[in-house]
Amino acid sequence: MEYLLHILILICIYVILSASLNLLAGYAGLLSIAHAAFYGVGAYVVAVMALNWHTPWWVNVVCAVVLSGLLGALVGVPSLRIRDDYFVIATFAFQVIAFSVLNNWVSLTGGPMGLPGIPHPVILGWQVSTHLEFLLLVGFFCALTLWVCHRIVRSPFGRVLKAVREDEVFAQAAGKNVAAHKMLVFVIGAGMAAVAGAMYAHYISFIDPTSFTVMESIFILSIVIIGGAGSLWGPVLGTVVLVTLPELLRFVGLPSSVAANVRQMLYGGLLVAFMMWRPQGFLGQYSFEKGSGRE
Amino acid sequence: MTGALLEAEGLDKCFDGVKALADFSCAVQERKILGLIGPNGAGKTTLFNVLTGFIPSDGGKATFKGTNLLRLPPYRIARAGVARTFQNLRLIRRLSMLDNVLLAFQNQPGERLRNVFFRPRASTRQEAENRQAALALLEDVELAAKANDPAEALSYGQQKLLSLVCCLATGAELLLLDEPVAGIAPEMREKILSVIRSLPGKGKSVVVIEHDLDAVMQVCDRVIFMDAGAKVSEGTSQEVRNDPKVIEAYLD
Repeated sequence: MEYLLHILILICIYVILSASLNLLAGYAGLLSIAHAAFYGVGAYVVAVMALNWHTPWWVNVVCAVVLSGLLGALVGVPSLRIRDDYFVIATFAFQVIAFSVLNNWVSLTGGPMGLPGIPHPVILGWQVSTHLEFLLLVGFFCALTLWVCHRIVRSPFGRVLKAVREDEVFAQAAGKNVAAHKMLVFVIGAGMAAVAGAMYAHYISFIDPTSFTVMESIFILSIVIIGGAGSLWGPVLGTVVLVTLPELLRFVGLPSSVAANVRQMLYGGLLVAFMMWRPQGFLGQYSFEKGSGRE
Repeated sequence: MTGALLEAEGLDKCFDGVKALADFSCAVQERKILGLIGPNGAGKTTLFNVLTGFIPSDGGKATFKGTNLLRLPPYRIARAGVARTFQNLRLIRRLSMLDNVLLAFQNQPGERLRNVFFRPRASTRQEAENRQAALALLEDVELAAKANDPAEALSYGQQKLLSLVCCLATGAELLLLDEPVAGIAPEMREKILSVIRSLPGKGKSVVVIEHDLDAVMQVCDRVIFMDAGAKVSEGTSQEVRNDPKVIEAYLD
């Protein structure tokens, strides 16, 4: 039973990550591979504050979101000036920098040793400690994230995001401040990723930099692509598939040393297969081919 | 010239030593249609790109109702009231026609994220009104029946018509139309020309780039003939048509 709850909690965390990345990549066409960096920033801010200063849980979460959002703005200033492949490379660079900061700032982050013993959160006197309680907490934030995404993509703001993805020149000619829209959605995505990080840190109670590598970013992006970029429920379906599929491998009876490699191969194989035969993913309407309006 | 809506003076633009605009000046009068003709590479589209902020000019002045247009970003120019269409037809092809027109509306409360979450009523009310207005615009050109189809499902001529509707939907006073009837069937050509002819009646001023001389003569109040980035001849369509320099250029 606890195992099942554990899977559900992981699914909720990854839905927050993939739904927020979908806002950037699926709707605004910003193919960021720095999402794990913002996820890590959220996790570390919460962990450092809870361990060192014993500040209330909600203060930590708010700080994590704000700090990650500010960092998003800082990264956005140079990287959003460039487009397409160059943007991907700029976010990759930030991802690498973020990892090496987490890995080397030993006095704050514990370096490769990580931060153990992150306490369970206490929310208005409610001590969250069992798996079921964690599921309720993470599930609430997961639902909140989906609701926010839903509101954004169904609004005229979301329509502008789609226009930015399809044809920036048209959007500008229609009087849309393309740069401001990109920046805003990038900051929001960074903030949401930090929420997922905060949940993860408290739930696992131990974090180290290896959870927030570029591989993790690519995994989140795979969820978005396989689930269906630019569709609200795509990331949810993608998460369910990509989180549970490797778990099923456990029951096949592979030795664990083999299973880890098989898992990586499975992700890679799936991604290639989708790119070839269903580039828009399960539920998406849009593939990442360049719109015909682009130059 | 006084009372002009748009005044451009001494515009210069060089691409790698090739003069695309050479000391080009023009004025667009209110509620008039100005035609811009000339051979390929004469600098007509470059003029539009400079006026709408997509390309920086090397020199000169351009004012729209007293506002200096040069150095403003394209979206500010569109908001100030100068909208354009593109020669190579730009639409959001994978979105519906209705969404394309809706994108062109200005000052939408729902495009500000804080309104989406904190003033949802105002946003949805305005959105409903905009939908009606967008449908009415599509109705005017008999495209409303396909309002929810993606723009890419339309014929080329219909797409050109839609891009004209989008341009109109920005609410801009000055519309810069880049080859609005090039390469489309005669019937649709007539339809688009009649829409253009109706624009001054709606308080709009227009500049049209067009190779179809017959179309230019039909709709334009004044015509400028451009070559090598400079103005060669300006006058009524008759005057320009009879100008020996123009005849020579077109006979070449």
